[in-house]
Amino acid sequence: METKINKNNNFYIPQIEKRNKQSKRFRLYALSAVVLSLSFLAFFLIDIIKAGIPAFTQSSVKIEISIDEETANNPYGILERDMSRLVSRAWLRSFPKEIEAHPEWIGTTQTFWALLNAEADQYLKGTQSKLKENQKSKLDALLQEGLIERKFNATFFFTGDSKIPENAGFYAAIVGSVLTMLVTMSLAVPIGVMTAVYLEEFAPDNKLTQIIEININNLAAIPSILFGLLGLAIFINFFGVPRSSPLAGGMTLALMSLPIIIVSSKAALKSVPASIRQAGYALGLTKWQVTKDHVLPLAFPGVLTGSIIALAQAMGETAPLIIVGMIAFVPDPVTSLTSAATVMPAQIFTWSGMPERAYIEKTAAGIMVLLTVLISLNTIAVLLRKKFEVKW
Amino acid sequence: MDVKVKVDKLNLWYGTNQALHDISIDLYDNKITALIGASGCGKSTFLRSLNRMNDLVESAKIQGNVIVDGKNIYDKDIDVVSVRKRIGMVFQQPNPFPKSIYENVAYAPLKHGIVKKGSDCDELVESSLKSAGIWEEVKDKLQAPGTSLSGGQQQRLCIARTIAVKPDVILMDEPTSALDPISTEKIEALMLELKKSYTIVTVTHNMQQAARIADHTAFFHLGELVEYDETEKIFVNPKLKKTEDYITGRFG
Amino acid sequence: MINSSAKRRDLIESLIKSVLIFAAFISVLTTFGILFSIIFESVHFFQRESILDFLFGTEWNPDTAFLSGTARGAEDVASAQFGAVPIFAGTFYITFIAMAVAVPIGLFSAIYMSEYASTKVRNIIKPTLEVLAGIPTVVYGFFAAITVAPFLVDLFATFGMEASYRSALGAGVVMGIMIIPIISSLSDDVINSVPHNMRNGALALGMNKAETIKFVVLPSAMPGIIAAVLLGVSRALGETMIVVMAASLRPNLTMNPLEDMTTVTVKIVEALVGDQEFDSSLTLSAFALGLVLFVVTLIINIVSIVTIRRYHKKYKISNL
Repeated sequence: METKINKNNNFYIPQIEKRNKQSKRFRLYALSAVVLSLSFLAFFLIDIIKAGIPAFTQSSVKIEISIDEETANNPYGILERDMSRLVSRAWLRSFPKEIEAHPEWIGTTQTFWALLNAEADQYLKGTQSKLKENQKSKLDALLQEGLIERKFNATFFFTGDSKIPENAGFYAAIVGSVLTMLVTMSLAVPIGVMTAVYLEEFAPDNKLTQIIEININNLAAIPSILFGLLGLAIFINFFGVPRSSPLAGGMTLALMSLPIIIVSSKAALKSVPASIRQAGYALGLTKWQVTKDHVLPLAFPGVLTGSIIALAQAMGETAPLIIVGMIAFVPDPVTSLTSAATVMPAQIFTWSGMPERAYIEKTAAGIMVLLTVLISLNTIAVLLRKKFEVKW
Repeated sequence: MDVKVKVDKLNLWYGTNQALHDISIDLYDNKITALIGASGCGKSTFLRSLNRMNDLVESAKIQGNVIVDGKNIYDKDIDVVSVRKRIGMVFQQPNPFPKSIYENVAYAPLKHGIVKKGSDCDELVESSLKSAGIWEEVKDKLQAPGTSLSGGQQQRLCIARTIAVKPDVILMDEPTSALDPISTEKIEALMLELKKSYTIVTVTHNMQQAARIADHTAFFHLGELVEYDETEKIFVNPKLKKTEDYITGRFG
Repeated sequence: MINSSAKRRDLIESLIKSVLIFAAFISVLTTFGILFSIIFESVHFFQRESILDFLFGTEWNPDTAFLSGTARGAEDVASAQFGAVPIFAGTFYITFIAMAVAVPIGLFSAIYMSEYASTKVRNIIKPTLEVLAGIPTVVYGFFAAITVAPFLVDLFATFGMEASYRSALGAGVVMGIMIIPIISSLSDDVINSVPHNMRNGALALGMNKAETIKFVVLPSAMPGIIAAVLLGVSRALGETMIVVMAASLRPNLTMNPLEDMTTVTVKIVEALVGDQEFDSSLTLSAFALGLVLFVVTLIINIVSIVTIRRYHKKYKISNL
């Protein structure tokens, strides 16, 4: 930037070059810190996406099956042995139902796209596989003949967990997350907003109020796993809420979300100008009437934004849910608040611990789904804040 | 009277807004020059362009010369750091560093290599604090934080740390406007003392202050230098109607 | 008529007020709920096991506790040992690694954002970095286990060193990445709140930008920076998923970051996910560990508040 410094004038300070160099170096450190953290983020996202993308397709093989009464009874016998070792057991198991649904097939030969099992799928996707050499060459041959195709993996979005990797899906976890979040939000939002209203509008400025305020700040800093201990000891062991249920998980997360909702609601209430309240009091309205009809509606966008951010955080939380048992193996979507369920981050955790390689891509794909949901929620919160941003 | 700073056709823009128009002025050694004028007239902007503090404003653009001892401080071969060492500045709000009184004074001279750590440095700190008329008040608590002093003491500490880097010119931007009358009196007395060794340029809102301490007074209006002369002439017998109006309090 | 409707109105008003007060008390109840549930079960634990052995013992061998009830003769069975020192050591060590990553990177990022970047660039960088804070910890755990751990093993293998797939280094580094935005965002806020006047004072003495930052800006912002770092430490101590997925189950008292180590949170999870009865010493040990975690994080919070207050007094920084 600067040209060479002239030493032959009365402005020259000894060591100025050295000091300037140090200053530039300092700036470079700062810049590299930013670049480093941004590249962490980029590398991290790329790494997850790269690992997760393959999970959205799975390989199927085109086979012809001549169907008779016997096929319906013994689906495992319909294929030759070397082929049946490559086709998914889940597909074979569901085959009799197919035939039941199409009685006209009996006595004919039909063409099917049969789902391959995870080992075959992994081999075709170019990752390590435990297949034997002859199985690998068989797959290569089928691929050459154009009998193998990668198709969109709908299973992932429409089934629950499975011990058969190619049949494992994220749907039960999504449903579990939705139910758990319903419990969390229907508890945390009203309690949080009421607390904020009390502290901001009604509470006298005394010791007790201060204790509540300090306590709320403190609550936000308590490690999340300790909320799990509370859920386990009090909700489950003391009140008898069923373990692993959306109710137990949702209640635990509700307590965790409280500080976020309270703090943001308080800020929203505070930003409503005093003149609005005074106008209400001048009309002879009571404190509650003013709060309910005039202050809360104006604070609503802020409350909503805070609640969405709290929702996003609760949705990604895992540790307290593990403690209350929400890592059960759940093949079917949960239908009640009291039966065993899993949630998205817990499903990610369980899959990440599976020994089969095929679960790695499932885990990464689950992460992609979860991150998409979380980023959408945060984006909505930001947009809402922008839209309703009122300068008084 | 020696000319210490020769400003030649100085123009300054903030973005597209021209804040200074063709300012040319000679500032004299061992004199106090007061810059007066209404708020927003450009006097503070002008002061800040004398030690290149305007370089910090991204949108600022400067044209013209500020020649100090025969060298233009805007020349490319001069480092801005060395300009500010030669031309010190005292601000409106006292701004001691969040460090001890000693470090407040000693840090810059050590960096500039004026002294080395040790007794030399101790002597410099002492002499600077003495010159700033605050030594007696702080000599027993040099390790106390600079922020623990009163407002007027803080301002004299800031003057002491400016003196410590051995500048030629000291710029003062309304140095007493945040202070009480007694502290103001002390600072004014100090300025009269300091002009024996330095060139002092001060911005002030206070006409009486300008009349009391300044040898020369420059009147700025809307970014232009309207009138510049010996203080007595400006106050007693201004050449221009506008100057007279301002001094007699008809606007501003 | 008017009188009775006014009475009714007052009644409703005070009724609503009591409901609101009740809601406000739930947060207090939560804190006490956590505290009591942990203390209650911890007391059970310490009735069975010595508190001194727990706090100062170096052997963690809870499994033998199960054998004591079986047919084996009591003399054959070593009694269970609950010496938690290796667990505490692992927790602090991994936290230390995390902070060694997060503090320099986070602080320098904050310095860049507040001192060097233009407002426009800062408005892009800051929310982008905060994405790192919004990523669920289970995702970091996966990243640590699948990508970082094998990378570190390979990396150190080229130097002829053997690193564990569940090394303290891997878990710590990833945890550090997670904590970067906590440090950078909070520090950026406080650095920005240092008055410009303060910087100008230094620049007008002929200090360059770096000297001004080091001598004036950072000392002024120090209380806020310390608070941010302490917040990061308490997050690291209580972080669970990363260590469950990337650190080890084995209590290991060592200074070698390439070895596997375990933490308080890992042991809590391990003790509570199994199917053993709730009343076993192993299960109860989770609550004793939880109590330690609670107390330590609480102390850190208090220290952070006190530090800020003391600096406030010293430097009279009004806008913190």
